Amino acid sequence: MTKPVLIANDKGFAQSAVKQLGFYAVCTIMGLAVLMYLLSLAAGNTGGGSGISGINVEDNSITITLGQEPPQLDSSRATDAASASVLGHAMEGLITYDQNNQLSPGVAERWEIREDGATFWIRDDAFWNDSRPVTAHDFVFAWERVVDPITASEYAFILYPIKNAEKINQGELPKETLGVHALSDQILEVEFEQPTPYFDKLVAFNTYYPIREDFFESTNGRYGADADMLLYNGPYMVTEWVHGSSMLWEKNPYYWNEEKGFLDKIIASYITTDVNTKINLFKDGQIADTSLVAPMLPQAMEQRWQIDRVMDGTVFFLEFNHREERITSNLNFRKALSLAQDPNELVYKVLKEAAYLPAQSLFPVWVQGVSEQFRKEYPPREHKIDVLKAREYLELARQELGLDEFPPIVFLTGDTPISLLASEYYQQLYLENLGLEIRIDAQIFKQRLAKMTSGEFDVVMAGWAPDYFDALTFGDLFASWNLNNRGRYNNEEMDRMIRIAQSELDPLIRMDAMGAIQSIIEEDVILIPMYERGVSFVVDPRLKGLIRRIVGPDVDYNYAYIDVSED
Amino acid sequence: MWLYTFKRLLQGVVTVWFIATATFIAMHNVPGDPLLNDRAMTPEIRANVEAKYGLDQPLATQYFIYLRNLAQGDFGISFTQENRQVNDIIREHFPVSAILGVLAVVFAAAGGVLWGALTAIYRNRLPDYIIMFFVILGISVPSFVVAALSQVSLVNLNSLVGTTVLPVAGWGTIFHMLVPAMVLGLGTMAYLTRLMRSSMLEIISSDFIRTAKSKGVPPARIFTKHQLRNAILPVVTVLGPAIAAITTGGFVVEIVFAVPGLGRFFVEAVQQLDYTVIMGTTVFYGAFLVFMVIVVDVLYGFIDPRMSMK
Amino acid sequence: MQSLSSVDFAPISNSQEVHGISRPSLSYWQDAWIRLKANKRALMSLYIVIFLLLFTIVGPWIWRVSPAAQDLDQVSQPPGSSRVALIVDDYTPWFGEGNSPETGLRTFGDPTTQVVRLQWNALPGAAGHRIYRNLFPLGPERAYGIPIGEFFDNNTLFFEDRLDLKPQNYYYSVVALGQFGELLDSYELIEVDVKRVTTIAEALEQELISHTNNFQIGDAIDMAWHPLGTDYLGRDMLARLMAGARVSLFIGIGAPFLFVLFGVTYGSIAGFLGGKIDQVMMRFADFVVALPFLLFMILFKIAFGVGPGESGVLPMLVALVILMWPATARLVRGQILLIREQGYISASQLLGAKTPYLILRHMIPNTLGVVLVTLTFAIPSAIFTEAFLSFIGMGVVPPTPSWGSMSNEGIKTMLTTPHELIFPAVIISITVLAFNLLGDGLRDALDARMRNQE
Repeated sequence: MTKPVLIANDKGFAQSAVKQLGFYAVCTIMGLAVLMYLLSLAAGNTGGGSGISGINVEDNSITITLGQEPPQLDSSRATDAASASVLGHAMEGLITYDQNNQLSPGVAERWEIREDGATFWIRDDAFWNDSRPVTAHDFVFAWERVVDPITASEYAFILYPIKNAEKINQGELPKETLGVHALSDQILEVEFEQPTPYFDKLVAFNTYYPIREDFFESTNGRYGADADMLLYNGPYMVTEWVHGSSMLWEKNPYYWNEEKGFLDKIIASYITTDVNTKINLFKDGQIADTSLVAPMLPQAMEQRWQIDRVMDGTVFFLEFNHREERITSNLNFRKALSLAQDPNELVYKVLKEAAYLPAQSLFPVWVQGVSEQFRKEYPPREHKIDVLKAREYLELARQELGLDEFPPIVFLTGDTPISLLASEYYQQLYLENLGLEIRIDAQIFKQRLAKMTSGEFDVVMAGWAPDYFDALTFGDLFASWNLNNRGRYNNEEMDRMIRIAQSELDPLIRMDAMGAIQSIIEEDVILIPMYERGVSFVVDPRLKGLIRRIVGPDVDYNYAYIDVSED
Repeated sequence: MWLYTFKRLLQGVVTVWFIATATFIAMHNVPGDPLLNDRAMTPEIRANVEAKYGLDQPLATQYFIYLRNLAQGDFGISFTQENRQVNDIIREHFPVSAILGVLAVVFAAAGGVLWGALTAIYRNRLPDYIIMFFVILGISVPSFVVAALSQVSLVNLNSLVGTTVLPVAGWGTIFHMLVPAMVLGLGTMAYLTRLMRSSMLEIISSDFIRTAKSKGVPPARIFTKHQLRNAILPVVTVLGPAIAAITTGGFVVEIVFAVPGLGRFFVEAVQQLDYTVIMGTTVFYGAFLVFMVIVVDVLYGFIDPRMSMK
Repeated sequence: MQSLSSVDFAPISNSQEVHGISRPSLSYWQDAWIRLKANKRALMSLYIVIFLLLFTIVGPWIWRVSPAAQDLDQVSQPPGSSRVALIVDDYTPWFGEGNSPETGLRTFGDPTTQVVRLQWNALPGAAGHRIYRNLFPLGPERAYGIPIGEFFDNNTLFFEDRLDLKPQNYYYSVVALGQFGELLDSYELIEVDVKRVTTIAEALEQELISHTNNFQIGDAIDMAWHPLGTDYLGRDMLARLMAGARVSLFIGIGAPFLFVLFGVTYGSIAGFLGGKIDQVMMRFADFVVALPFLLFMILFKIAFGVGPGESGVLPMLVALVILMWPATARLVRGQILLIREQGYISASQLLGAKTPYLILRHMIPNTLGVVLVTLTFAIPSAIFTEAFLSFIGMGVVPPTPSWGSMSNEGIKTMLTTPHELIFPAVIISITVLAFNLLGDGLRDALDARMRNQE
């Protein structure tokens, strides 16, 4: 049988075939163009405000990224950073923070804090964006809503200094009995459950923001779910909210303070968590600022960017499970773990973040004491790694617990890159230094919390972010009644100190109590401090006045403006 | 033909029911609690939230409520995005993924047919080797590497030229779609090229081509009428599943290029254990897949003369 | 006319050599093997696959470095970097004591990878100072680099830098701050050359020296050798690749093996029994096929949950098996249906063969070709899936290494330390490619025989 003639080997065939193909290719490309045009129209309908430029001088607008979509913008129930960021621009409370992170008048033009309560005088030029004035009644309504058990506000506890707040929240009293009254449209009167000298700092927090009752009722349960389901009294208004995609903030013409709100528009586009994408967007000039992570720093230097850094206020630590049945409830065991590690190595060699500080105590470096930094007035005990001593303590613990060998220790951690990195480091470290087997239990946020609450861990990598600018926000963490004390640490002396710190008016006595709290934490090795988190970031040089905050909206654009004049 | 279509649709409905049940079972075995957040919740608050989402009912009741809602097209309310219906989420974000997916498939199909035909024509000569080299890259390099590399290249290209040639991320215009769609379609394009190539080669050496040539049919007509048309058939069969696969597998591209598509939402929902969004998205995608396969099968029936004789 | 005699009618001698058998009779497999060997590409990919298996199984015996050991002084080192280090004392904190008579920004002591100590005098007009460190000299943009320390008074005029110090040149600047912490114009800059050092304690720990007596401060020693460099925690890349190979190949080969096994069993039963049972079984398989693959992989992973200390390998394996068996089942069933109609089956039955004999002796061996090809193509698919899922964090759980999770980590530092991405990505690509080409070759070798072409 002869071999079949393979047509493909015929040169003439090849040429004509290619011509045919070429013809088809051209047709396809034209078809593609039409298709893409149609798709483009369709895509335009699906929203996605694409602010192509990070700084738009003609429009006086900037484009930024939001890491996450806020679940909703009801200030009485918001718990996450994204909501806090939006609310910090769109609304304002009685007291707010100025450019130097000092408390300054917000809706209240002056106030008075006494032992039994506080009074706020509300300014007469504070308006909602529907031109009606902001009154004391708006605060009463909002605060009653926060503590109302039906609202299920997870931040209700921050209102507990107010009289009856806790009881109302537990369902024991009706919400009208809350110790806050509008003596008039302009005067707000608060009664305390116990003396609360730091109440002015609390009131700046977004759970204390006002909500107007008639508007709230008109939204039929959808308050805060969309841009038009909110009233705004801050420097900016949310005029567009394309869920999952972008937000548009526009200058609020009804806002009273001329020293805030200089941009006409802030386009919060590009909701993405991918850090590489954010940095690429910044490189491309499509967003006005971005934070950096350690792997990006060499690039940032190569691009000759002006890099800045700031503490974000959070402290991270290894928290022990103090429940009786756990090995970590043994003091010598905890001492062993503490002495076998060095936070400096963790931060400088492993995490390598330029903005992180190795932690020395639960109280971060920026917390204020009586008149200076808390840690200057009450220096934490110096920590030095001592592996040999650690092994001695470990041996003591082993004998006390009556074990032949230590079982594996469960290290609960999150699923973020930093927590995974740190846990891998600790696993190897404790294996080499103490011969302990560490089992890493990496969980997503919610599952980690669930395990913390139910006590399914030995050590957990936890962090605490401050709610307000006072040492107490860290100090009361290990009160036996605090639900956030998930290790169930229980110590009467600690409880006593916390009560003093909560209600004592004399700042010296208060701070002494805080100092005592710090000492108890050290002696009892309640936790092992890891690092204080900070962030390195870059800002487009044409954008000035951007503020990063430890407490309050971070990043804060309220004072930002565009300045194209070259230095 | 119509009977066949009807039968397939009926089967499709049963399949979707199966998918929904499998999803329900999987989700309810997940350890952990969707309701917890950073600050601890008091028991009263917790009870309220549970009641709102119907989590306090026994499992069987939840299953029937779930099925009944599904039949009415109601996927429930998101756990994390309060006040947002899952339907809304799907409705707003699926079109984005679909648009990206369609464009990617069109790129893949057009490219696959073109390159595959070229390699068959120039078999064992230079163009064949060049194209096959890229095909090999396309099959073996993982998609996430390609996505990251292309984004970086775009940035460098933009800075080289001085202005934004193509946006680096985001969504909204045709220019935002180009690179993500190409990255997304790359793997499938490589696969289709190979498929087209082997299919063409098979046909080239088959009997009816020889007959046509010996009859004196001009080569160009042989190529178009016989070779191309027959070689495309296997590609078409694969297209249905390819569309579905691309649409559901696009989340890496969506994450890297900040495209607000449903895939990215799915990943976020998984990370936050948002039960309703996870279940709704999975059932929706499953139904979409089933539907696409049915559509392609029916279309194939029209194209392939042999099929219609069954 | 010629006369014919009986001699002319004598029979010709029987020659045994009538038909020479030109080549020995080949079985199906022998034929396929010869074909495969002739295919150069497939042969090469076979060698690559064998090499990979050796790399995975035998490798750790040869290269005996632990994949978990962290060499924190050589973090993210590309292959081939210098390893010489001087021995110095252990680190002790410094509080600025020991002022030298010089002025301006200066180093105190030798700048080493252990610590760089800086001192300066108060800049004019400063209410505080900030220290920056840069990899590049200062240009007209005045980009100082990364800020590493701030001091809001003029009392602190010293700083210790211990952040990720590599043996290279750095440019340090001290910039004056105003009373609100804002940057002022005045600054000073120095260039510092950092030398690699290590301490005796660390050297002992890394097993670079065996006895302290032989070494003193000031000696130079070689740090540990990492032929492929190190990753972000100072772990040896080669060892990690081997450990990752075990995971990736375990899943990549194990899962296909299992689901093919299950698929073959399922499919042959369905195909052989035929009728209603076949219909029902295939219907069920269709359902499983309809499940969106990636979505369910992720769902299963979170449904099975990964306990502390577990690696996440088993859930992924199980999920892959559950989702991928139907394709094989269908294929095998189709084959069985075809084979059932063949002549030799009826012949066998006529000769009295029982069902089990038929299945084992005829059906299964004849489907093995197709099964083998499916298996070979399923492997790269499984490896890809594992890499993809590990990339988005839905795969194996750290610290278990896998090629996918290593690529994920490598992408983050793609531009600065590309070797962390290149090695795992390349090895994934090579593996996937090898199995694909092998599958191609196998299919050509086996198919051709079945199609009865030359």
